[in-house]
Amino acid sequence: MNALKQLGAFVLIVGALFGLNLLLEETINPYVLRVVINCGIAIILALSLNLVNGCAGQFSLGHAGFMGVGAYLSAFLTTVLQIPFFQSGPGVAVAILAGGLAAAVAGYLVGLPSLRLRGDYLAIVTLGFGEIIRITFLNIPEVGGARGLPAIPRVSNFFWVYLIATLTFIILLRIVRSSAGRAIISIRENEIAAESMGINVARYKIVAFVISSFFAGIAGGLFAHYQGFIDPNTFNFTRSVEVVIMVVIGGMGSLSGSIIGAIIVSVLPEVLRGFSQYRLVIFPLVLIVVMLVRPHGLFGFQEVWQVFKKKRVEPKKNAVLNQAEVL
Amino acid sequence: MQSFIQNIINGLAQGSVYALVALGYTMVYGVLQFINFAHSDIFMLGAFAGIYVAAWFAGVNSSILLTCIVMIGSMMFCTAVGLTVERIAYRPLRKAPRLNVLITAIGVSLFLENLGQVVFGSDPRVFPALIQTQSLFGENDVSLNNIQVLVVVVSFVLMFTLQWIVKHTKLGNAMRAVSFDLEVANLMGIPTDRIIMFTFIMGSSLAGVASVLYGLSYPKIEPMMGVILGIKAFVAAVFGGIGSITGAAIGGIVLGLAESFVVYYGLASFRDAIAFGILILILLFRPAGLFGVLRREKV
Repeated sequence: MNALKQLGAFVLIVGALFGLNLLLEETINPYVLRVVINCGIAIILALSLNLVNGCAGQFSLGHAGFMGVGAYLSAFLTTVLQIPFFQSGPGVAVAILAGGLAAAVAGYLVGLPSLRLRGDYLAIVTLGFGEIIRITFLNIPEVGGARGLPAIPRVSNFFWVYLIATLTFIILLRIVRSSAGRAIISIRENEIAAESMGINVARYKIVAFVISSFFAGIAGGLFAHYQGFIDPNTFNFTRSVEVVIMVVIGGMGSLSGSIIGAIIVSVLPEVLRGFSQYRLVIFPLVLIVVMLVRPHGLFGFQEVWQVFKKKRVEPKKNAVLNQAEVL
Repeated sequence: MQSFIQNIINGLAQGSVYALVALGYTMVYGVLQFINFAHSDIFMLGAFAGIYVAAWFAGVNSSILLTCIVMIGSMMFCTAVGLTVERIAYRPLRKAPRLNVLITAIGVSLFLENLGQVVFGSDPRVFPALIQTQSLFGENDVSLNNIQVLVVVVSFVLMFTLQWIVKHTKLGNAMRAVSFDLEVANLMGIPTDRIIMFTFIMGSSLAGVASVLYGLSYPKIEPMMGVILGIKAFVAAVFGGIGSITGAAIGGIVLGLAESFVVYYGLASFRDAIAFGILILILLFRPAGLFGVLRREKV
């Protein structure tokens, strides 16, 4: 019955997104639609990074690199190869999926050093991997090198981006709540304790990296097939930091927080466009202030709905406490 | 053979600048255990400060005196910025998880970069030629100019001075104590906050000198110039073993030499990737760097 309910909810979401897609394309102006779609891609990126940064507690600064792998591989399949299959609708979907898998392989390779490194060292190594990936694309003439890769079929739209964002959210939520997810969280809490409880720390770190980069690759593929043009500098260090900011603002380990973080980080610059000169200055300031005032981000480790639920539960807790005092 | 020597000369000059910046990273890391991402942007601000100081003192005739004034001005400015950053952004987080400090450091770094773009504009500026470049010997095969000599000499003098301060003065003793264990040092009556401030003063003023030396050899100054250079300097610090001053110096020079040879052998487009390649290799095979001591994690 429960499964049936969930299926129903999912069909409802798909229907709603499809309807919204038709509605939005008709009514709002292309600029706003563009912001909304980029926001959707940012949501996928932030959600996937949260698994590594927030849940596993492994600080990764190379997320744009995985996104780049996905974007380049899928665009290579659909644009450069000239195979008719990949120019059809399902072909593009297969290509984006292949991009995600390639990113997952890259994630596996980057995950390996994470077994030996922690904290700052890991951050700088992942940063290095991201840059190496970018510089490698710069030096491959087949995908345009520094000039970039133009004329990618523009097939992703609001419907696909948000459908995949929803799927990412559901899948990651299920993962985090499974025993594997708990194992991943225990690594963040205390690696040594986790290991002594019999958790294969090495394995779950790699699992987190692979899943996270898979979704980043998918986001990259969607991005490439939405923009229609990619160049290596789209996937630079700044992009990685942007995703990190989304995760940190939303709360490390809070998936719904990441969605809100992604919305804030991608919409705020557009709202501040009037102060275009200063928006890039305001941004890092927001980050510093969040770190100083709310060290765990807006929602901490909790999901958005838990934050509000807790307030209602609190009086009960106190009641029990008072009883205990009386006794 | 001649080009081999030429590459060594170029690599030494470039590597000395990396080494000076790396010292700032290594000292802060040694004391507070976090990557001060803002260090590279303090370096960038130092270069801009150098441009302005040079313009103010344009009347000074002696080029050596002028260079000294510019260096001191840049050092003072960098120190002021470094101390402000430490006071406002890092000190409130002294007891916070390391991840938070790291994220704050990235925030400060982005803030300084973007502020630099607003204040100075994103077009590159030209660093004034305080000293006329003169070739000391050699025209075609091997050449060495006075600026390269100046860069290497000043860097080495500073590195040895720093080494002396850390190893043989009371202040240095306190710094080493703080880096060994901050809390215990505090209990032993060492004013840890003041020692941390001194660490930032030293690191930032070295960045100031490095920025002037960099400006003299590569006169293109822009707000984003610190990003890649900072990462490379950090790689140099890790290579030598973070927290070790000798290590940072050697790491910087090795990196400078490696880059110089990579460019010579026609892989110029991979120049920026070489640093990360070195980093990943060293961390995989010697996670504590060349001179670092691996501290075992205890429960």
